[in-house]
Amino acid sequence: MNEELIVSGRSNPFIDPSLNIWHWQIPLYLFLGGLAAGILFFASLYTILGREEQCPTAVRKAPLVVPVLLVLGLFALFLDLKHKPYFWQLYTTIKLQSPMSWGAWVLMAVTPLSFIWAALNIKEIFPSWDWKFSWLINFEKICRKNILPLSWMIIVLSVILGVYTGILFSAFNARPLWNTSILGPLFLTSGLSTGAAAILLISKSSAERKLFAKIDVLLICIELFLIVHMFMGFLASTQVQIDAAELFLGGPYTAPFWVFVVALGLVVPLILEILELKKIHVPAVVPAILVLFGGIMLRFIIAFAGQSSRWLY
Amino acid sequence: MRYAMAVDTKKCVGCSDCVVACQTENNVPIGYCREWVVEVMSGTYPQLEIEIRSERCNHCENSPCVRCCPTGASHYSNGGIVLVKPDKCIGCGACIASCPYDARYPHPGGYVDKCTFCIHRILDGMQPACVAVCPTKCMYFGDLDDPASDVSVILKKRKYKTLIPEAGTKPHLYFLI
Repeated sequence: MNEELIVSGRSNPFIDPSLNIWHWQIPLYLFLGGLAAGILFFASLYTILGREEQCPTAVRKAPLVVPVLLVLGLFALFLDLKHKPYFWQLYTTIKLQSPMSWGAWVLMAVTPLSFIWAALNIKEIFPSWDWKFSWLINFEKICRKNILPLSWMIIVLSVILGVYTGILFSAFNARPLWNTSILGPLFLTSGLSTGAAAILLISKSSAERKLFAKIDVLLICIELFLIVHMFMGFLASTQVQIDAAELFLGGPYTAPFWVFVVALGLVVPLILEILELKKIHVPAVVPAILVLFGGIMLRFIIAFAGQSSRWLY
Repeated sequence: MRYAMAVDTKKCVGCSDCVVACQTENNVPIGYCREWVVEVMSGTYPQLEIEIRSERCNHCENSPCVRCCPTGASHYSNGGIVLVKPDKCIGCGACIASCPYDARYPHPGGYVDKCTFCIHRILDGMQPACVAVCPTKCMYFGDLDDPASDVSVILKKRKYKTLIPEAGTKPHLYFLI
C-alpha cells in the first residue's frame, strides 16, 4: 500500500482535487488560432505561387473570416485572464523562454495583417465598396503593390502562430501529456487541415475543391502519423508519460479521443475525401465539417486531459 | 545567497500549526492555503510506515513558473526566493499549470499567489512564520551558501531528499529522512 493524503485539508480553487485552471476559453482560442493560421497560410502561399485565379476562395474569400476568428480567439483569451485590467503587461516585455509571451507578440503582428488582407478583398462581399478617404485608397494601392512581401510576412507568421498553439502546451514539463515536442507540429498540421477544410466548405470552384481535398488528404495522413508517433514516444518514455498515454488507452479520455478526434475527425473525412477524388460523389460539406469538428475536439481533449496528467510523488 | 528550508519528516507530527501560522502571518484568504501537510502511508499492516511532510513552494533554482511567465511577474528575488509581482501578473495561469508541485493558486484578487518564504520576516532577521511556530522544531531555514546556517548544518548531518528531482527543477525544499 502507498497512500498519499493532504491531511491539512487543502482545497485551493482551480488546483484541488486536480488542476483545472484552464477551461473552454483556451482550447477554443487554440482552435480559432490554428484555423486562422491555416487559412492565412494558404492565402499567402497561393499568392506567392501566383495562382490567385485558380484558388479564388483560398486567396480572397476565406481570409475574410480570419479577422473575425482572431478577434473571437483573442476575446476568449481575455476572458480566461483572472487579472484582466493588467492584460497590457503582456506587451511590456518579450520573454523568449515563455511561449505565451512571444505568442502574444505574434498575435499582435498577425491580427492587423489579417485585417489588411481582408480589407484588400472586401469587394468579394460588398462589390460596390468605396474607401471614401484618399489616404485609405492610397494605402490600399501601396498594399497591392507590395502584395508579395506582405504574403511572405503572413506565411511566416501563420506558421509560427500555428506551431505556437502546440508549443504553448509542450513547454509545461509539469504536465507529462503536454510535455512532448510533437504537439507543436501536430497542432500546426491540424490547423492547416482545418484551414483547408474551411476553404473546401466555402469554395464553389470544383478545381479548387479538388486541390484542397488533395491537400487535406495529405495533411490528415501526416496528422495520423504524428498521433501514432506521439503515443509511441509516450509509451517508450518514463512512468509519468506512460500514465499520460494511459489516459487515452483505457483511461477516461479513450472514447472521446478515438471516436471524436481520430475516427470522426480524421479517418472518416479521409475516406470521404479519397472517395470524392475517385469521382464517387460525396457532399463536400460532410468531410469539411467533420475535419473542423475533429480540430476543435483535439484541442479540448488535449487541454483537459493534460491538466489531469501529473507527476506522482 | 541561496535560501532553503529543510523539514524533518521523522520529527513532524502533522499538527498543521505551520499551515495556520502561514495563513495568519500572510493574510491568506479564507479557503486557500500556501502550504499544506502530506501524510504518506506505505507498507502492509502491521508493517506500516508513515511519512509526514510539511510542503510549500520549493523555490526552485530552475523554476518552470519563472520561465513560462509571459510578463516577468514571476521572478527570482533575494537569495533565489521565487515571488510574484501582483501588478505585473495578468492571471493567465501559465505558472500554475507549469508547477509540478501545484504550489500556486489564483488569489481572489486576480493575481497568482504562493509561499514567499516570509521574505518580509527574513529581511527583518526573523525566521519564516511556519519555522518559527513549529512546536516540534522540525523545520530549519537559512542560507545554503553559509556553512554555519541552520539548514546547511542539518543537511550535512542528515540524509535528505527533494520532491520530484527528476522534473529538473532543482528544488530548495529538503526533506530529512
